[in-house]
Amino acid sequence: MLEIKNLHVSIDGKEILKGLSLTVKPGETHAIMGPNGSGKSTLASTIVGNPAFEVTSGSITFEGKNLLEKDPEERANEGIFLSFQYPVEIPGVSMVNFMRTAINEQRKYRKLPPMSASDFLRFMREKKALVDMDNKLTNRSVNEGFSGGEKKKNEIFQMAMLEPKLAILDETDSGLDIDALRIVANGVNKLKTPEKSTILITHYQRLLEYIVPDYVHVLHDGKIVKSGTKELALELETKGYDWLK
Amino acid sequence: MEKQYIELYKAHHQLIKQNSAAIINRSRDAAFAKFESMGFPSTKHENYRYTDLKPMFSLDYGLNFRRLNFPVNPYQTFQCDVPEIYSYQFFVVNDSFYPPKKKHNGSLPEGVIICGLKEASEKYPELVTQYYGKLTAPQNDALITFNEAFAQDGFFMYVPENVHMDKPVQLVNIMRSDVDLLANSRNLIIIEKGAKAQLLVCDHAMDDVNFVANRVSEVFVGENAVYENYKLENTHNKTANLSTVLIDQKESSDTLTNLITLNNGISRNNIEVEMNGEKCEAELCGMMVGGGQQQIDNHTTIKHNKPNCHSNELFKYVLDDVSKGAFTGRIFVEKDAQQTWAYQLNRNILLSKKAKVRTRPQLEIYADDVKCSHGATTGQIDEQALFYMRTRGISLPEARLLLMYAFAADVIENIRIPSLANRMKMLVEKRLRGELGMHEGCTLCMH
Ligand SMILES: Nc1ncnc2c1ncn2[C@@H]1O[C@H](COP(=O)(O)OP(=O)(O)OP(=O)(O)O)[C@@H](O)[C@H]1O
Ligand SMILES: [Mg+2]
Repeated sequence: MLEIKNLHVSIDGKEILKGLSLTVKPGETHAIMGPNGSGKSTLASTIVGNPAFEVTSGSITFEGKNLLEKDPEERANEGIFLSFQYPVEIPGVSMVNFMRTAINEQRKYRKLPPMSASDFLRFMREKKALVDMDNKLTNRSVNEGFSGGEKKKNEIFQMAMLEPKLAILDETDSGLDIDALRIVANGVNKLKTPEKSTILITHYQRLLEYIVPDYVHVLHDGKIVKSGTKELALELETKGYDWLK
Repeated sequence: MEKQYIELYKAHHQLIKQNSAAIINRSRDAAFAKFESMGFPSTKHENYRYTDLKPMFSLDYGLNFRRLNFPVNPYQTFQCDVPEIYSYQFFVVNDSFYPPKKKHNGSLPEGVIICGLKEASEKYPELVTQYYGKLTAPQNDALITFNEAFAQDGFFMYVPENVHMDKPVQLVNIMRSDVDLLANSRNLIIIEKGAKAQLLVCDHAMDDVNFVANRVSEVFVGENAVYENYKLENTHNKTANLSTVLIDQKESSDTLTNLITLNNGISRNNIEVEMNGEKCEAELCGMMVGGGQQQIDNHTTIKHNKPNCHSNELFKYVLDDVSKGAFTGRIFVEKDAQQTWAYQLNRNILLSKKAKVRTRPQLEIYADDVKCSHGATTGQIDEQALFYMRTRGISLPEARLLLMYAFAADVIENIRIPSLANRMKMLVEKRLRGELGMHEGCTLCMH
């Protein structure tokens, strides 16, 4: 489904990803761990097409299509979703308007007619229940004044609305309280189908108890230095990263 | 360049006077003499740094001193598509008040007078004499002086003590001519003690010729009175729209001035609000959308002369192409005006590298117990927010629009008539999408 080969990425002339390769097949869940600053968010941003990051060599394909020549919105409409480590506040743009526009842009891309207002509201209600999202939040501007945890919940709510084929969750667990973590993780699991894939970026084993990965990778200094199964995460929890350097 | 107007006046002042009214004529010669000595200001003049009057007045315009009627039926030209908003609707074509149809408007509330200024001067001379020229007299501005020398008619509105208007009043200013035309209209608005009124002004230009509209309004707002003043400007690129609005507020009065410019040529709003009683509230805001070669200059002055008054100013510009914007926000707080609150904010988005905006806050504060602030930001559209939206599948143009709609929202939210706010929102969004034509008629008409 997602195939990354020998990816090199720079920002402002500084190389951050230094030859990274990763293959994610349909239905798989991959966890990516690694020390601060190792390039995890850079990888996520590059997959969704952040124009600030320059791909100097390597390739990314999604379902056989070259992602690097697609705009961020095309990648999204192809079915890739990023739950941001730091979601952006957009004052003045209401959650409802934002989501309705997103849903209808996606439908347009797929050559479907816009969703009717009543269908949209019903759909939104259903998805809000899935992540236990408060009405008060969806009545506000996008992320404006949301607490750290509320922002993370809002990311998963958007994921539920957009039903991506590949979801990348960048530290969605950090900032969530214990109950919220369980609710969000359950939401992610409920959205999972045998064809859908997930990339979890996290520092903590706890999330992986709820969303069990098929593979765990360690990113260090812009490269994957070790890959394994879920036991690797446990090992990292006790040993840290030093033994891998 | 002033010479042509000086000669014109000397040759035609009798004709101008014959076709106006005694009260309006009273200050005419003095105004002319003043204009003759001062002329038009250059862009070196402090108040006109961003609007160059000379080129716009140097064309050979027609002036309609004889008050000939222009062939136009505004009721047919401007048909309404907002049935849920009702208003008393009036038209000024160029500078002539267009007599309304009785059945069109129904009858006005008891005691309310709305008519042409010339007619009012003849029918209600005591009332007009009491107010006409009182706010312009201390001014020293070329456009006001020029208007006073040449204006013959305009719009008159009188709302007597404690009368609350049941509907907004709409004044549609239409420029209509087959040749280049200069029109000086003069408005007088009197809202007495305890009265309430809402005025919506729509400025339009109908023909593809050069227009200069030089409008001057004097507005008197009595004790405890509430006056809301909305202006929608949708003219064309050959229109110079010069507007002076002078507002005098008495104790505990409340005014709102909300200006929206969507299409225009060169616009200059000179707004002055003077608080001459305690506990006044004044809100002044504007949303300016510019593209092409549009120029929009808002020159605002708020005078806090008495204690315990509040003023709040918010002006926003979205400028594309080579359009230019300017905002001057002058705030005076007199020595006795303790407990003044005066806030001012100017925020601008430039969509192209060649669009420009100039901001000048000018605060002069002589009282010590005041809360004043001013701020100005000019920037591009928030790139991070754009990227975030795009990762949700929203295309770049659509994401930009959502951010621009959001930018305009707080000015529109200041509109206190909900159906008008909806309509304005729709129009602003249409303009931002590039779908609102310059020649589109009064899409706000309320019947
Ligand atoms: N916009 C930017 N400008 C300059 N440097 C950047 C930028 N974004 C990221 N970097 C640098 O790239 C490196 C990798 O950052 P990245 O955010 O990908 O790390 P991370 O693995 O996600 O870290 P964390 O665990 O703290 O989230 C860091 O050294 C960071 O400072
Ligand atoms: Mg990160």
